[in-house]
Amino acid sequence: MKHALSASAALMAGGMSLAGMMALPALAQDSLTFTSYGGTYQEAQRKALLDPVEEEMGITIREDTLTGIAEVRAQVLAGAVTWDIVDLGVNDCALAQAEGLFEPLDYSIISTEGFKDTAYAETWAGTIYYSTTLAYNPEYLEAKPQSWADFWDVENFPGARALQNTPGGNLEIALMADGVAPEDVYPMLETPEGIDRAFAKLEEIKPDIAVWWTTGAQSAQLIADGEVDMESIWNGRLDAVKASGVPAEQTFNQAILALDCLAIPKGAPNKDLAMKVLGRILAPDLQANLPALINYGPTTSLAFDEGKITEEQTAISPSAPENIALQLPTDPDFWAANRPAIQERWDAFMTQ
Amino acid sequence: MTAAPDTTTRLPRAREAEGDTQARAREGDTQARRIRREELRDRLSLAALSLPALLLVGVLVFLPVGWLFGLSLVSEGQFSFIHYQRLLEPAYRNIFSMTFEISFLVTALALLLGYPLSYLLSQMPPRAAALLMILVMLPFWTSILVRTYAWMVLLQRRGLVNGWLIDLGLIDTPLRLVNNYTGTVIGMLHVMLPFMVLPLFSSLRAVDVSLMRAASSLGAGPVKAFWTVFFPLSLPGVMAGSLLVFVLCLGFYVTPALLGGGKVIMVSMKIQQNAAMYFDWGAASALGVVLLGVTVALFWLLGRVTRIERVFGGL
Repeated sequence: MKHALSASAALMAGGMSLAGMMALPALAQDSLTFTSYGGTYQEAQRKALLDPVEEEMGITIREDTLTGIAEVRAQVLAGAVTWDIVDLGVNDCALAQAEGLFEPLDYSIISTEGFKDTAYAETWAGTIYYSTTLAYNPEYLEAKPQSWADFWDVENFPGARALQNTPGGNLEIALMADGVAPEDVYPMLETPEGIDRAFAKLEEIKPDIAVWWTTGAQSAQLIADGEVDMESIWNGRLDAVKASGVPAEQTFNQAILALDCLAIPKGAPNKDLAMKVLGRILAPDLQANLPALINYGPTTSLAFDEGKITEEQTAISPSAPENIALQLPTDPDFWAANRPAIQERWDAFMTQ
Repeated sequence: MTAAPDTTTRLPRAREAEGDTQARAREGDTQARRIRREELRDRLSLAALSLPALLLVGVLVFLPVGWLFGLSLVSEGQFSFIHYQRLLEPAYRNIFSMTFEISFLVTALALLLGYPLSYLLSQMPPRAAALLMILVMLPFWTSILVRTYAWMVLLQRRGLVNGWLIDLGLIDTPLRLVNNYTGTVIGMLHVMLPFMVLPLFSSLRAVDVSLMRAASSLGAGPVKAFWTVFFPLSLPGVMAGSLLVFVLCLGFYVTPALLGGGKVIMVSMKIQQNAAMYFDWGAASALGVVLLGVTVALFWLLGRVTRIERVFGGL
């Protein structure tokens, strides 16, 4: 597998670097490439973070897009790195760190003041928070669920339900529904009994799950069309549903708090400049620019003191102090270490 | 040669005739040779003309399939059966049995719906049949994605179908028609129906209807005449349509992924997951190889029970 992987990785990276070289006629010393997930998210990053940094530091920031860790892995393994800063989901970041795909970060340049301990590591630092919340459409519901225990209580909270089709987040949700305190969830999942307990709890709700959703758009459509009455959903998606006029609600209580991180791929062409740019992008004053453009939460709590984030934005922000306290931050190291085995069990669970 | 010549009196003529025969034989000989040459040339030019297509098939089909097969036997850089061993686990067994179950069900339903429709079409005047055929083909020309989303809108809990059924007072609580097995089968059936109707229609139209009249003149009722005369003659079309639909169903992706609600997992979805999500080409390849193997085995089995060329003659 490794052999086949590196062969195709080299092929992919070769193609990419070729495309990169053709797209960039000159590599000036004062420029770098920032790579993220594209779409409205990257547009917001451009306005909130990249434009101010370009102006301030007098540099050019080029952009590219990616879909996940595979492309970063391909570049690094092939020794043909064209990206200087990459944006990845936190589980991918933890995995990439374990695989040695990132440069260590220089925390004398990058300040983590106001960061939670779980929001940065040796080679990556969080840039935005998002939550997997419990959402419901009160139109057809008599009782409004406020916790995962309510979600599991089909007697008192009748209605169709949906969860995401992935073990990540759902095992934590199942244990919380079973009465486990948020701080005890990961210690319990580290034991085989804890995993068994989570799957047993999922087995319990399985007959009442109308849909196991796979994409964010699908989860939004399910609650907007009334196909389900309650579900897990990413907070930004539910905000969009509400904005379209659907009377849906969500609670941050027991939500799963996840983040996107920024990192420098090993062998990045403009490593030193990338470090300085990271230090600037992650500073509270620039982080505070983002919520006005897209509802993701800043990773440093100091951003809320900048006077840029309005009260309305704070109320729905995943990382506003009153919201963040209610949530369980996802443990990327747990998932980096255990994902393959748990995924296999999840697949078996889904096909039973 | 005409009547035997009188050898005594008409020797010269006979000799002449003999020479004539030889000449003709020679001429026939050269003609035969010319024909053979022409045949050879025809065959060569035919081969030359089909060479690009053959090369295309060779390069685009056999090479990747061979590559796929190779990948499925490699794990961690070494020769290994591990990807095939994994297919014996319950999760994979369930996925394969669900894939075959759904494919079989959709094929059976398509035949059940498609046969009467094809029969009607085959008995209609050609103009009317062509008009109705357009109705059959219209969905066929529409994007699968569009049709699948359309079914979602129609079948969902607060969708049109449930709305009508409730308004008519037929049901009180909405039926679960989508995001499950039912929705997947409905969506796939809709996509597959033209693939059943087309081969069936051409096969049914080729059946000589006067045979039915002959059967009834010999005392068979319409039902008996149909089952003993018409239906057996339509079997190649039935086989061709069923095989086509079944094989296409085995590799279905879009419809079960969108209408299955995560509960319907077919082999193709697992292949996508292995390749795109886990970057595990070996596991994805093994699944592809097994699916291909099963399909080929089905063709072989079919070849044993019917004459395969007749099946494709029906297409």
